[in-house]
Order: sequence, then structure tokens, then C-alpha cells
Amino acid sequence: MAEMIPIKERMKRTQVPMPEQEPKERIYNFKEVPLGYTKEQAIYEAQRCLQCKIPKCMQGCPAEINIPQFITKIVEEDFAGAYFEILKTDNLPAITGRVCPQEEQCQKYCILQKQEKPIAIGRLERFVADWARENNVHGRLPELKRKNQKVAIVGSGPAGLTCAADLAKLGYKVTLFEALHKPGGVLIYGIPEFRLPKSIVKYEINEIEKIGVKVITNLIVGATISVDKLAQDFDAIFLANGAGAPRFMNIPGENLNDVYSANEFLTRSNLMKAYAFPEYDTPIKIGKRAATIGAGNVAMDSARTALRLGAEESYIVYRRSRKEVPARDEEVNHAEEEGIIFNFLTLPVKILGDKQGKVSGMECLKMELGEPDESGRKSPRAIENSNFTIEVDMVIDAIGTSANPIIARSATGVETNKWGYFITDEKTKATTKEGIYAGGDIVRGSATVISAVGDGKIAARAINEFLSLGKSLRKK
Amino acid sequence: MYKIIKKERLHDTIYSMWIEAPDVASSVQPGQFIILMIQEKGERIPLTVADFDREKGLIRIVFQIVGKTSEELSTLKEGDKLYSFIGPLGKKTEIALYGKVITIGGGTGIACIHTIARALKEVGNEVISIIGARTKDLIIMEEEIKKASSKLIVTTDDGSYGRKGFVTQVLKEILDKDQSIKKVWTIGPAIMMKVTCETTKPYSVETIVSLNSVMVDGTGMCGSCRVTINGETKFVCTDGPEFDGQLVEWSEFANRLTRYQEQEQKSWGIYHKPTHTCRYGKETE
Repeated sequence: MAEMIPIKERMKRTQVPMPEQEPKERIYNFKEVPLGYTKEQAIYEAQRCLQCKIPKCMQGCPAEINIPQFITKIVEEDFAGAYFEILKTDNLPAITGRVCPQEEQCQKYCILQKQEKPIAIGRLERFVADWARENNVHGRLPELKRKNQKVAIVGSGPAGLTCAADLAKLGYKVTLFEALHKPGGVLIYGIPEFRLPKSIVKYEINEIEKIGVKVITNLIVGATISVDKLAQDFDAIFLANGAGAPRFMNIPGENLNDVYSANEFLTRSNLMKAYAFPEYDTPIKIGKRAATIGAGNVAMDSARTALRLGAEESYIVYRRSRKEVPARDEEVNHAEEEGIIFNFLTLPVKILGDKQGKVSGMECLKMELGEPDESGRKSPRAIENSNFTIEVDMVIDAIGTSANPIIARSATGVETNKWGYFITDEKTKATTKEGIYAGGDIVRGSATVISAVGDGKIAARAINEFLSLGKSLRKK
Repeated sequence: MYKIIKKERLHDTIYSMWIEAPDVASSVQPGQFIILMIQEKGERIPLTVADFDREKGLIRIVFQIVGKTSEELSTLKEGDKLYSFIGPLGKKTEIALYGKVITIGGGTGIACIHTIARALKEVGNEVISIIGARTKDLIIMEEEIKKASSKLIVTTDDGSYGRKGFVTQVLKEILDKDQSIKKVWTIGPAIMMKVTCETTKPYSVETIVSLNSVMVDGTGMCGSCRVTINGETKFVCTDGPEFDGQLVEWSEFANRLTRYQEQEQKSWGIYHKPTHTCRYGKETE
């Protein structure tokens, strides 16, 4: 068994780097880029943890993981114990261990952050979850009293899965509704295989099903069945259907044939596996020179997917500068390593095309940064007469999403704001209708997996309180 | 779920299937569509609902073999199950008492017009249906459309059945004679819908078309089906599928239907060569 090492020793060590697939190799495949820590690497990294008396890392974890505790178990080589510790609060550890922006979450609060070498908490979490999966170690459900109340969860993304699992653990009868043919939401259709293997998503959803969550796919709440109808059959409802609708730039040429929304591009590739066409029937079309507009994580995913699908050159076109890029550093670094070309301070104004609908180029303006705006970022301003054309033959819009109105239309009394997002109480995720809660991107707009997980947890707690008081949506 | 209860061949290349989908059947309305997948590796294809039976929980679809997926679908038998079947999608037809209306179906569009004509007649409209196809064999669902309408006129391009000529010629004759036509619905190939709109324009009769764009999810998530309506981008899946035909930018719509033509041909070609033996690597033996 590995041992705790003296503080002095711990301070001497630096963060164990993540082993990764070589850039020149990985741009030809869809396999995962980071390979994961070995047992030795995980222990070495875990030993660095100072085990603070008042650990700050946990305040940065919406999944409420007892971080020092699971890290101690790793040092003790009790990986199963570490897994059980994480599972107490996080139902999707292999997923959050991969896609959480830990540098903005737990690791930001790590005391070692001051020396720019925080504990690699995410990598350790991923190690533990992968170890458990590979060694057939499963979470155990505590003996609990089954409750009779029924909860409907709408949407099987990170918020819905989390809320469903937490409520199932409390003994409620939980049904999770998914509109697509596979559960997982953005984890399945949005995030590419090379960042989050779909077999892992499937595995963690299976684990959640094992604790009693009933998953119903192919059912569109808002179309197949209304929220009002659900309210007659369930005691409480959690709406977590995601933001849904893609945004476009609203510039000329955007409906040309080779212009995609990131949602369409990624859904074809990830959910429908168009990267394996014609083995899979869904097609995808790739140009020689692909431009992705936007610089968030979805933009990085799109540009890197285009490269893997055969684009000779893949560009990111962003109206602000490198400093304002909203994507995780890790994603930007990966993109740069793979040869993605960044065009900063560039604003597309027109997509050029021919009569057949083919894209032949994109007209852009040069930008400069002015005063900071409401978001605190310097607002970009177009430089007059700076028009120039980038030669591209496909364009992907990755500038965010807006609210899909389908569900709200069928939910009487559940109010939305002017953007179509559900209005909720921050502390409980309660909507304006008693018994109906909402979280994730349909409340926040485009946010992260971990904030959706956090919403799921808060809502589960509030729903438990609501139901424990004997309240119900159903008319008795 | 999604069991094929009844299968019928309406023509060499056109099939009708009743699918067990009680949730969809209980909520579907005229003009709406479904999206199905045959198998896990399949693609999601949208089809307008041709008929439904709420009591038995069934949805009827009618499709023509135009590529790999539709051909594969045609090989399924009664009792087989589909992998996915979702709906109802899109907005329902605005059914109201208008007076005298015309519903036009061309090719498999005949099937799509069926529930619309029926619902319009049920609320008391006088429904004149015009259905047309290239030749006699391609005229489908004639009996059902006749029942769903007050009057039915059939046309074939080659004159092998009914009136010789296009549906739009008959339409023009009616509009010339009868000023009381309040509204027209037309569903069929893009070119037919476009010409219908050109025909009705001088008479200022509102003309509704139902667009069959390329889609993925069908719930407003991907934007694959976007179309320009009156200068504004709309999604066929959630804003449509029915639009005022006079406002549709037809050339863009037709262009976007060809987005994956090349890949579709490739996929169909491979499907047609199941006996192909791979010689890869054999050269060096």
C-alpha cells in the first residue's frame, strides 16, 4: 500500500501530466485524446494532496464530492473505496472526470493553485471511475424504503440523469423521458467521441438504470405527451430538456448547403455516427477548408471533428482575441496541437456561394477591442473597410443555442423569461408552478455539464422536500 | 413497440405500412409527421402521417423507394419492428370552416394530403381534391381520398388514367370558373408545389405547402431543415412543415434537398451490391 508522504515531499512534486495520444496520430481517428493516469501516476498525484484541514476544493464542486476523502483512498490504494466515496454524490464520475472544467471548479480553489500546480482532481476522478468500470466494481444501493411517489424527469442529459439518480437513491419511482433514440442528451449528441467515448456514457447511464431509474426513449415531451398530461400522472416533474435550438449569425449565405449549425454537425457525427458512413446510414459532408465560427468548447469540438473527418484545413473564426476565448484551455491547446488555425478579431459578414448552394468563401471584417462590456470582456468593434475573404468551402456556426419552445408550450403555468428559458428559484430550481422544477441549459442557456449536474442535485433535494411534505402535482 | 402491423404494396416502388405507436397515434393531428429509424445504424427519416387509428394505436405511413433507407424499409415484413419511431412532429394543419377549399396531392404527396382533406371535410368544408402522378400505376390511395373529399379529380401526365396533364391545369380551370375557393393545400414534389403557388397567385387564393426538408432530430435542435420564408429563416420541423407557399424561397429549398445526394447515391449503391466480394489484399497473394 502506498503511503502518505511528508508535506515537504508533497510540495516538491509537480502535477503529473496526462498521457495523451500524439496529435499527428489522433487527427486521423476518433479515439479519446487523453489516455488516463496509470495506477502509479494516480497514486503519485494523489500523494501530493495536502489534505487541508478546511479543504477549499469542495466549494468548487457542484457535484458535492468529498474530494480529500476520495484522494486519501487512492493513496491507500483502495480504489473501490474511492469510487464509492465519489458515487455518494456524483452519479456520473467517468463523465465529470473528463468534461468538467476543473480549472474553473475544484482545482481553482485548491491551495496549490497559488503555485500553479493544483491537484489534478479531475484526472484522479476519471482514474477512479475508469478503474471501477474496468474492474467490474459497482456502486451499492443502501437499503432503503421504496416510496410510492412518482417523479418524471424530462431530458436525459447531465441534469436529468443526476436528478433521476439522486431521487432513485431516495426511493422514489423515477421515469426519465428522452426525445431521441438514445439517452444522454448533450453527452451523446454533442460531445465528440475523442473527448467522451459513448461507451462510457452508456455505461454510466446503465448504472443509473440499475438503481431503479426507468428510461423511456423516443418520447418527446411537448409533442408526444404534454407537460400538463405528465402532471396528471406524476407527483413532481423536473424539466431538463436542454437549450436545444441552434443560433445562427443571420448573415447572407447562411442557408447555403455547406453551412451547418454545430448542433447538426455534431449530432450527425456523434449521435448518428456519420463519421462511420457508409457503415452507418447518416451522411455528413466535409469540405477541404472548414471554418467554425465561435470559440467555445462546442466550436473546438466542431473544428476538431471537421479535421478528423478529412478537412485539410480547419479554422476557428472568432470576433474577439485569444484572451477572451470561452473554451477551456485544455481544449484550445488540443486544438492548437492538432493544427487548427485560429483567426482572432475576425467577424464573418457574408458567406459566399454559387448557384448550386456550394460555399466558396466567407467575407469577414477585421475587429479591434474596445471598452469592456457587461460580461467584463472587451467588446469588439469592426474596423471600417477592413473586409477580406477567407477561402473556405464549408462553415459551421458554433455561436451558441437558444431555448427550444416545444416544452414550454405544453406546460401551463410554467413561466419563461423573454429568451424562453424557464424562470426558477436559484435555491430550489422550482419553476413558477408548484411541483415543477427545471435546471440545466433550459434555465441557464448554454452552460457546462457540471453546472447541469449541480442543478440536478439541487432540484432532487427540493423535490424530496416537496414530496416529503405530502405535496403532489396530481389532483387527489 | 413500433411493430409493423400491416404492409401493403401500392405500386412497384410505393409501400404503405401501419405501425404500432399508441403514444403517437393518441396525439397526432392532420399535417404532422413522424421520424423513424429502421435499425441502430440507420438514419432518421421524416414521413408525413398518411392516416391514424387512435383506438388501435396505429399510424400509417406511405413511402416511395428513393434510396437506401426507403428500400430497406420496403423489405421489412408484417411483425417486424422499427428501431425508433417518434412523433407527432411539426405543427398541425389549421383546420377550420373556410367554405370551399382544394387539396392537391402529387406522387406520394397524395398520402400526405389524406388526413388534411378528411379533417377539412369533417368540419364542414366542401373539399375538392386533385391528385396526380406520372402514370396510372402511381395513383395511390384513390379510394381513401375520394372518401375524404367532396369531389375528386385524378390526373396523369401521360393520360393513362383520369385527366391527361398536370394537377395545376385542373386547378387553373377550377379557379377560372369558381371565385369562391377560399384556400388551397398542395403537397408533392417541390416543383409541383412551386407551380401550384404560381398558379394560384393571380387569383390571390392562400396556398399552403408542406415541405419535406432534410432533417436529423426533427425537434428544432439541429437546423438542418431551415428554409427561408418571407426573407426569414424558419425551421420546417418546428415552424412548419406547412407554410404559405407564396413566401417560400423555392430555389434555396430545392437546393437544400440535394445536400447529401452524392452520399445517398453511394450508400444506395453499396446496398445494392450485397454479394460484392472484397478483393482487398488479394492482389498480393
